[in-house]
Amino acid sequence: MRTRLRNRGLDGVTLLVIPGVLFVVALFVYPFLYGLLLSFEPKEGGWLANYVTFFSDPFLYDTIGKTLLIAIPATLLNVVLSIPVAMRVRLMRHQKLLTTILVIPITLGTVLVAEGLLTYLGPRGWVNRVLLEFGLAEHPIRLVHNYWGVMLSLIISGFPFTFLLTLSYVTGIDPALENAGAMLGARARERFFRIILPLLVPGLAITLALSFVQAFSVFPSAVLLGAPAGPTRVISIAAYTAAFEQYDYSMASAIAMIMAAVQVLIVVALLGARTLVFRGPASSGKG
Amino acid sequence: MRRETTLGARLWSTLIWVLVAFFILNLLAMIASVVVNSFGTRWFTTWLPAGWTTRWYTLAWDEFQLPQILLVTLEVVGATVILSGLLGVPAAYAMARRDFPGKSLVLLLFLLPLMVPPITYGIPLATVLYQAHLAGTIWGVILANLVPTVPFVVLIMIPFVEQIDPRVEAAARVFGAGTLRLFVQVLVPLLTPGILAALLLVLVRTVAMFELTFLTAGPTSQTLVVALYYAVFAAGVRPGQSIDAMAVVYMVTTLIWLLIALRFVNPTQIVGRAKR
Repeated sequence: MRTRLRNRGLDGVTLLVIPGVLFVVALFVYPFLYGLLLSFEPKEGGWLANYVTFFSDPFLYDTIGKTLLIAIPATLLNVVLSIPVAMRVRLMRHQKLLTTILVIPITLGTVLVAEGLLTYLGPRGWVNRVLLEFGLAEHPIRLVHNYWGVMLSLIISGFPFTFLLTLSYVTGIDPALENAGAMLGARARERFFRIILPLLVPGLAITLALSFVQAFSVFPSAVLLGAPAGPTRVISIAAYTAAFEQYDYSMASAIAMIMAAVQVLIVVALLGARTLVFRGPASSGKG
Repeated sequence: MRRETTLGARLWSTLIWVLVAFFILNLLAMIASVVVNSFGTRWFTTWLPAGWTTRWYTLAWDEFQLPQILLVTLEVVGATVILSGLLGVPAAYAMARRDFPGKSLVLLLFLLPLMVPPITYGIPLATVLYQAHLAGTIWGVILANLVPTVPFVVLIMIPFVEQIDPRVEAAARVFGAGTLRLFVQVLVPLLTPGILAALLLVLVRTVAMFELTFLTAGPTSQTLVVALYYAVFAAGVRPGQSIDAMAVVYMVTTLIWLLIALRFVNPTQIVGRAKR
């Protein structure tokens, strides 16, 4: 019996995985399933009442649109800017200083970026100071407590994240392939679009998916830098309000499930599009 | 690697550097404006404040009960680091060394908490922790913080374990070492660089983990980020400079550990959480 199990890879050492697995099951899988079930047990009404309420109340269902309106432009901008910068930085010899500087906003987190931008972009901050001194504006421009504040915070903390991910995928592409293209007379633009980009597509799809999911779950900066009652009332604010201000955990779980569903839909669509755009043995990046 | 020397290529590369420089300039100016404001007396329509003072730090120290918050932060971060190491390293060892049925499912189980954003699973998690009367206590905060860090340690440690020659372990087994002894006397010393890197990254991430702590903390179990959030949220109650003073305390705490961590890891590893 023991040898049979051992042959299948089950022995004392395999058991070491159990505490970790049990922990993740108890505190990640179980709460998710519990939340899913709880969302079908509303305070009043039939089992779908929470979802019916969500999709019939514009104050609630609008949050999806508002979140997408912030998350999609921010993600696209970050990814589109990351590619040329990563292409250039991979040629650098001393990348570490640049990557260290860029890892700072990721490490500091969104709360600090929000507080920093409140000071920096505020009516008395340096940005408005520059605009006024150089005559680019007559009055301080309102950059915080609206849509733009949240957007800028998603760029400050999102661009480094997207860039570092893109850089790790770009540097994974064998430079010999590009050199071969160059030797055969392909110009920089052709080499990028016909050699690098196709090889980058799988990594890019993952980068897009991760960046989007992060931007879609924006919370602290939407409250602190945005207008949480108006244009930046994102879906996570709706879920938080339901749970901790109305104490309706059932509704909060329903909103969390809708949030997860939108994220899964977009991620599946992105990863699905990847297989449509490109398939073949070279997708491993080695060619 | 080829470099283009045509005019168009040079313009393009200049444009990219200008873009990067503009981004970094804004980033550093944002951080600098927090630091300057925290030391300034009055700052209205000038480039710099009218005078300099450190009194916002003493104010923040008393007003925000910083000693208590720093103590809680230390406890939460310390417990999270130790427990995620104890749970994660053995799991990573088993994942690296054995091929068992359902292994890919277990891998998916460890990947999911890193892919799903904390605010999405944090709300059901907080609900469950409230039901168990753990939320609001320091243990609830620690448990919530462990959800992303245990899988993180597992995924970081797997390649480190794979680097170790299995014959070293076989030799220890031949000389009669049990699994515990093997761990304490052979594996942990060999894995020290990996464990150090993984745990330092956990430390940096936990100090900055806002969402999970925010959703599960009570008034006595707030960490520094959450206290900072509440301070900014209730801006106007206290002078803005003292909030910035607190932000500086938070930044210094985080960046010291980031600098230490960067001696052992590459900056890209901090993001490359789902890297294959």
